[in-house]
Amino acid sequence: MAYNLKEEMNKPERFHAGHRLCAGCGAGVVCRAMMRAVDTKDKAVICNATGCLEVSSFQYPYTAWEDSYIHTAFENASATASGVEAAARVMKRRGRIDPDTKFKILAIGGDGGTYDIGFQSLSGALERGHDFTYFCYDNNAYMNTGTQRSSATPRFASATTTPSGAESVGKKQVQKDLTQIVVAHGSPYVAQTTLFGTMKDFHEKAHRAIYTKGPTFVNVLTPCPRGWGYPAEDLIDICKAAVETCIWPLYEVVDGEYRLTYEPKKKLPVEEFMRRQSRFAHCFKSGNEWTIEAAQEYVDRKWEELLSRCS
Amino acid sequence: MSTRERLSGNEAIATAMRQIDPDVFAMFPITPSTEIPQYFAQYVADGKVDTEFICVESEHSSLSACLGAEAAGCRAITATSSAGLSFMNEMLYVAASSRLPVVLAVACRALTGPININHDYSDSMAERDSGFIQLYGENNQEVYDNYLCAHRIAEHPSVRLPLMVCEDGFITSHAIENIEIEDDEAVKRFVGQYRPESYLLKKKHPLAVGPYGISSYYMEARVAQAEAMKAAKQVILEVAEDFEKTFGRRYGLFEAYRMEDAEYATVLMGSSAGTAKAAVDSLRKDGIKAGLIKLRVFRPFPGEELKEALKNCLAVAVLDKSEGFSGCGGPVFSETAGALINLDKKPKLIDIVYGLGGRDFTVKHALDVYERLMKIADTGETGPVYSHMGVRSDGV
Repeated sequence: MAYNLKEEMNKPERFHAGHRLCAGCGAGVVCRAMMRAVDTKDKAVICNATGCLEVSSFQYPYTAWEDSYIHTAFENASATASGVEAAARVMKRRGRIDPDTKFKILAIGGDGGTYDIGFQSLSGALERGHDFTYFCYDNNAYMNTGTQRSSATPRFASATTTPSGAESVGKKQVQKDLTQIVVAHGSPYVAQTTLFGTMKDFHEKAHRAIYTKGPTFVNVLTPCPRGWGYPAEDLIDICKAAVETCIWPLYEVVDGEYRLTYEPKKKLPVEEFMRRQSRFAHCFKSGNEWTIEAAQEYVDRKWEELLSRCS
Repeated sequence: MSTRERLSGNEAIATAMRQIDPDVFAMFPITPSTEIPQYFAQYVADGKVDTEFICVESEHSSLSACLGAEAAGCRAITATSSAGLSFMNEMLYVAASSRLPVVLAVACRALTGPININHDYSDSMAERDSGFIQLYGENNQEVYDNYLCAHRIAEHPSVRLPLMVCEDGFITSHAIENIEIEDDEAVKRFVGQYRPESYLLKKKHPLAVGPYGISSYYMEARVAQAEAMKAAKQVILEVAEDFEKTFGRRYGLFEAYRMEDAEYATVLMGSSAGTAKAAVDSLRKDGIKAGLIKLRVFRPFPGEELKEALKNCLAVAVLDKSEGFSGCGGPVFSETAGALINLDKKPKLIDIVYGLGGRDFTVKHALDVYERLMKIADTGETGPVYSHMGVRSDGV
């Protein structure tokens, strides 16, 4: 069925208002869209890693989640999801849950809980082949603790543990390419998306991931106004800039086959993404022009690599 | 009908697990507990159980998967030792505070370093404040029996706490003894089924587990958890009573061995009790009023009952098979001292740390301890309150 934003927005909300996420944070948008991608008739169990989302969406005695939800720790959302998924299988087999009700097992964590501390747990669950979908809301740093660099922080971003200064132009290393690493696990469906346009790209990927059997993964670039330094209302424009500059290409990998889901008509220069955010402000200072050139070179190379995989 | 079988502690535990046929077993190997999931894997391969058996990539994940499964509505189990238990540390606390009654078999082993695979209680004692109930067994029979009681205690509505069934690494886990194995159906009837009223996979009533608890709520949650641990004591006794009725073997919070009129007593745990009992018997033959307390339950700590059992002794030695590095005694000592503190007339109390990393503990060692206690009672001088026994005299 073709994507229809109006119809989607008319579905009963499964991630409610009243959570404590910041204005202009992408994570709430991710959660609402993720839950819209679960068919109305189906149930879900959300396994959440510790982070902004967890402390903001389930502060006792309130929860923003309409579906069952479990948080246990920072580094183990995938292992917890593995247990829930095993439970669903055995309880179905033993006749303790209705065989006609589908429970979709969703894990969600930030980049710290996914790229870094939760990486082993994620890799293990992918390898074992549990039937679940992992959503990473990648906001490029440890935001809950105050913007410390993670392996998802892009090169040249100023983070509180890689600050720019007289002798520093921000983080020295490029972002770990987690999406590719997940592809290497042989997962049946892997995608990269962000909060883009009518959310069609997000929705279709999330739905496909959730309804593909096996371990599937959706990596969502999710801006953070506090850590990236942008006005709250710029959230969607920043995402668009990430896509149009090819800093965050939109693609999916189905059983190992790559497919671009959006190709910019005219690839914009990386400045269009970087200049909107204070974390890159130092790159625009006299003498640091090379950082923008280096960032552009890296993005160009990664983009060409991706295009060759998609051809 | 029960049968007698020659089984190691690990196989006895695996047998209990097979008989219970839990919903989910998440495993990760570590010496000396590895055999437990190995035996179980064979039961899965042979179709003797219907459990979801998941081989995860770490102990942190094995317990995390158990928490997910338990919250989802399942009976979930795992097994570990030593560094594996330490690696679970964070999740042990989460299991207890989330009130998820996972049952964890621990083949107790020394912690590194130096690295050592043999028995002491540094692993389980390091987790004594995790919120897990801890049961200890002297021999393979007790370990098997403790496992049969474990789920009923942990899952009881007034408890709902995770539980460790502790055996002594290698000494109990690997040594083979001829023990009484109960009939499969009788075990299933005794243990019963786990049917929590709230769980993640309940169709009409979603459940949220693991909130952020701000200061206005955190303390109430912790107090409720503390009350559950206190309540566990009564439940342990009730389950023991039913166990005796069903299977004929009697258990309490601890075993008081020849304590009726004892003047000199030791307090200890696990397989060392067998050795110390031999010393007690030989002293009794000589008319010396020796006795011993073997703790079965360390969490909840049976302080009141221990006070009653020890109050008439002249001198008591706690034998700690782990170093607490407190600088003033091991963990069993500090708990025992706490239990006795408000007695008007107290026995003299000393702590002896022994048997670390598998260092041998013999009847001669136990006799030396009682000799020291007699001297303390005679002279009124305790001497060093905290000392180590069995250390190489060459100091190397």
